[in-house]
Amino acid sequence: MKDVSRLKSVLEKGGFAVTSECGPPKGADPQAVLRKTELLRGKVDSVNVTDNQTAIVRMSSLAACCLIKKAGLDPVLQMVVRDRNRIALQSDILGASAIGIRNVLCLSGDHQSFGNQPDAVGVFDLDSIQFVQAVRNMRDQGIIVGGEPLSHPPDMFTGAAANPFADPMDFRVVRLAKKINAGADFIQTQCIYNMERFDRWLGIARDRGLTEKAYILGGVTPLKSAGMARYMKTRVSGMDVPDQLIRRMEGVSKDKQREEGISICVETIERLKQTPGIRGVHIMAIEWEEAVGEIAERAGLLPRPVIDDQ
Amino acid sequence: MITAQQKPIDEIRGMLVPYKRILVLGCASCVAECAAGGQKETAMLASTLRMKAKMNNEDVIIQEHTLDRQCVKDFVVTLDDIIGSYDAVLSLGCGAGVQAVAEMFSEIPVIPGLNTEFIGETRAQGLWVENCLGCGDCMLYYFGGVCPLARCSKQLFNGPCGGSVGGKCEINPDVDCAWQKIIDRLSRFGALDRLETIYPPKNWSRKQGGGPRKIIREDQQR
Repeated sequence: MKDVSRLKSVLEKGGFAVTSECGPPKGADPQAVLRKTELLRGKVDSVNVTDNQTAIVRMSSLAACCLIKKAGLDPVLQMVVRDRNRIALQSDILGASAIGIRNVLCLSGDHQSFGNQPDAVGVFDLDSIQFVQAVRNMRDQGIIVGGEPLSHPPDMFTGAAANPFADPMDFRVVRLAKKINAGADFIQTQCIYNMERFDRWLGIARDRGLTEKAYILGGVTPLKSAGMARYMKTRVSGMDVPDQLIRRMEGVSKDKQREEGISICVETIERLKQTPGIRGVHIMAIEWEEAVGEIAERAGLLPRPVIDDQ
Repeated sequence: MITAQQKPIDEIRGMLVPYKRILVLGCASCVAECAAGGQKETAMLASTLRMKAKMNNEDVIIQEHTLDRQCVKDFVVTLDDIIGSYDAVLSLGCGAGVQAVAEMFSEIPVIPGLNTEFIGETRAQGLWVENCLGCGDCMLYYFGGVCPLARCSKQLFNGPCGGSVGGKCEINPDVDCAWQKIIDRLSRFGALDRLETIYPPKNWSRKQGGGPRKIIREDQQR
């Protein structure tokens, strides 16, 4: 079997891609990864594997990707620049490619002060945009940072994240443009709760021709409870949860809130499917992988297309 | 300037336990400006240490002295006449001051009384802020006079990250988002287009890649 990116194949064939997320465990048990993976099998095209998210020590993203790959799914290797300098980042790109991982998402990473190692040094040698550029140069030109040639280039469908909801508002599209100009093939956005604001951002991106240059996947996260909605609004920087949505969650009894959260998520996906320039959806059901299948089903995203070359 | 803060008194006393004749050595430069190790703070710390020693019936001699600049050999050398009377120096200089004294007087322990913090400015009475990492390759022109290295929590050269909200950094609402400031300033100068191009990876060899740095100026040498 040739190693190809399923995500890339689906997108290049004009399909509406579906990705989801698997957070590796705070431990060394491979079954913890594989259990989550099974919940996603057949429901999504590719699985993002987070890299010590919220700066908490977890099984390495690369190792978890390897487990997921062996299980027959298409992993997206998330890599943050917080913990590794350019030597380690580029080395891991080569290693990931060598074991058949075909997607990478280049991120800054949550600041180390948020996690369980607040005394750690933050490396931030490259930033996420420089990292995207480095991966693209490795792949397309066969060179590393500084220009030295590689004996064999890595094969990586390269992605970056975008947050349409952070400030300064006017500059968010400029930053998206920089990521795409750096070489991002695909973009996964921050969770969308404020569709109007998202549409404004995407409209500017469309006007600049950016939606033609990269595949943009809208991010969604099902709310588990009204409390979670309030928490995300007030405690998570760069997250825009409109009051109206919080009231909607509060309007149903506690035991129905998960269901309501899924409904909101499905409605968002329905709107994203109708939005020109959106090429897929990234479902981040945080520690709630069980919900992904139902969301995909109800949003009319199943069955996932069969890709011939896999 | 270099900023610093005094270490907790118990930590200082802990390090001084083995010594009986102690010179508390201040520095009248940067650490005086940031009210950590100037003549006044040196006198106050020496007095506190004497008081504590007395209360604990410790038989020690603690005296104080302040140099104009503890990090400059020409000033450090003036200690030659008095240093023989002591068996330890408690330095209230920055890390450079401590080491300059230690370098010159290899026989005597030099104990740091301060935690050296950062290169910064005195923004208001009692407020010092970090704004330079001494990277050896100043980028302030490009970023409108606001250093993303020193002032962005993630040292982004192509910011801002997705955590910038209302001009504040995600790590703490007390921290300004440097990138908001960069964008605001460049907008004012009509130079925002400077940020459309990707700023390349930093050459860190100017900061740490070549090991400890030194500046050699032959025109200044005699």
